[in-house]
Amino acid sequence: MWERQSGARVVAPARPRKLAKVPFVELADGRLQGVVSSGSDIERVYVSSIGAGDHAYSCSTNNNRPCGGARGRMCKHLEALIDEAILQFGLDRVARYLRVDLGAAPGGGPEAIRALHGPASTAGTAAAAPVFSRFLRHLAYLELPPTTAPLPEMHWFPPRWAAR
Amino acid sequence: MTRADVLGAPVPGLGEALDVVTGLDRSLVAGLLRPAPAQAAALVSLAESVSGTPLASRVAEAAENVAAGACGEDHLTAIAAARMALLGAVHDGLLGRVDEATGRARADWTAPPAEEACAPHLRAAARSWLCDLARAGWQGIDHDLVAGSAQVISAMLADLRLRRLAALLDGFAAELAASCPGAALERVPERRWADLWSRAMLLAHPGARDGLASCTTTGRLLPLGIDLHEHATAVQAQVHAVLEPADGGPARLVRASVSAPKPDTVVGMGVWQLLRPHLSLLAACGDGRSMDLAGMPVTGEGDLLWDDEHARPGAPADAFATARAALAGAVTPAVAPLDRHPVRICEPVFLDGYTAGTDDGAVTFTVAGQRLAVDVGRLPSAGPLTHALVAASTSCIALLRWDAGAFTVQPLAVETTVRQQTAAVHAGAWAGGTTQTAGVRAERAAAEAVTVLRERAGRLLRR
Repeated sequence: MWERQSGARVVAPARPRKLAKVPFVELADGRLQGVVSSGSDIERVYVSSIGAGDHAYSCSTNNNRPCGGARGRMCKHLEALIDEAILQFGLDRVARYLRVDLGAAPGGGPEAIRALHGPASTAGTAAAAPVFSRFLRHLAYLELPPTTAPLPEMHWFPPRWAAR
Repeated sequence: MTRADVLGAPVPGLGEALDVVTGLDRSLVAGLLRPAPAQAAALVSLAESVSGTPLASRVAEAAENVAAGACGEDHLTAIAAARMALLGAVHDGLLGRVDEATGRARADWTAPPAEEACAPHLRAAARSWLCDLARAGWQGIDHDLVAGSAQVISAMLADLRLRRLAALLDGFAAELAASCPGAALERVPERRWADLWSRAMLLAHPGARDGLASCTTTGRLLPLGIDLHEHATAVQAQVHAVLEPADGGPARLVRASVSAPKPDTVVGMGVWQLLRPHLSLLAACGDGRSMDLAGMPVTGEGDLLWDDEHARPGAPADAFATARAALAGAVTPAVAPLDRHPVRICEPVFLDGYTAGTDDGAVTFTVAGQRLAVDVGRLPSAGPLTHALVAASTSCIALLRWDAGAFTVQPLAVETTVRQQTAAVHAGAWAGGTTQTAGVRAERAAAEAVTVLRERAGRLLRR
């Protein structure tokens, strides 16, 4: 029984995906949000988000300049964010988090999420800085030293991959 | 394994102890801030269950105070300690069964030299967050409460002496964050979160100490297989092996570990790439070689504190030959007192002459009339050993584990018959690299992902 299992799987493991376009994506703070690399300027990144429930969207640079393409509709950064989130977390989890009913949408599938049409979000724009700093914290994990001292607590974390 | 039949026999007192644990785990769902009568009763049961131990008075006092709505840190520490003591007893009962089944002798525990507790302020901050969690309960968690751990975890990750606690808290907090808000949870992983919570409380206690090397060892190391552990932001590989000491003493079971924090997008083959450079033993496993150790530090728990300085590649050594010839007679290491928990049971065994079957998609081995579930969920994703190969196997090197009331086996390697020939397939075969087509493609993709992240980090981190 799952409730009585020490090694119960709570979160499905992330699935591998290419990171060049969208190096960071998360389901957090009531939003699907992440960092999208600019297609034209290698020094620039966008922080994009879609709210759960209201589907309010925002897209701005990490320096808080609004994205030119996000006026009244989804820009290409938001579309890339959605596609990569579906790859990483799976369609069901993304739909559940955003509270999108896949069955009710015409065509179902990823199109139901790409077709979301919420208002522009000021909360999402305000959250750009914390999202970006979490992305930096996430990158900093690559710089942390490994160790050969045992971590017995990791026995609580089996890979729990779906059966192949 | 010499006697699989004993694994099915009941362990005296185990059910009663687990009932008390289950009661406490339930009471953590709603939180201990304003306990309902059922929660207060669970705390009284917990106190009664440890009444014959040195914890008795502290836990009784904690149960009384928490029931009265005064839920202090000392009280919660006593509750966590009592819960872990009960599970420690469960562990001991189960380990007795395991030793009967394997027929192996177990070494005595020798305490390592005491070490000064480090980073008191970080530990205190961690305890304070854990106490807030226990008061709120799993149904009371929200983003703000969970995010309260982020700074402590970041600071702890930078200090290698705190890596055990940091890796635990990081994995725990990520699960809680993914489950927010708690009020909307349909089901709660009660045992698991109470486990993670109580283990973290004890590790954050100022008296907690990490395992230190108690001596060094010299001899021939014969790898059996690789066990992988992984959460979103950390990965650990443990190599199980038989050590034949150069001084002619009895062969013993040991482990060598390597772990690293990681971004959550580094998965599959990417985790082997992270770990590979820091443990030459991973490549030796893949190549089917032994390693010769000279003066390698080892803890009282049989954990080698690997340092490439003390190891060099040895002669070819087949894991199945080692399992057949040396596993039954090897001495099993002791378990450190704080680490006694059923989840920690991972006893290398060699199985053959079993009947493999699939039951509703789940693989089972029937060994000497005893049916054991095979935990294929513990197979690493980047490796050649699949569910189907396990189900078609004729012999197996496995870790014997226990969870949710039953023993299970986790395959490290299997032998199957392919075109009338016996072939060995190892779960961790790709740890050191691979030439198999599917593996090579995965290697390239994973290396590219890390390159992209490093490029992004280089450009954006140090502004």
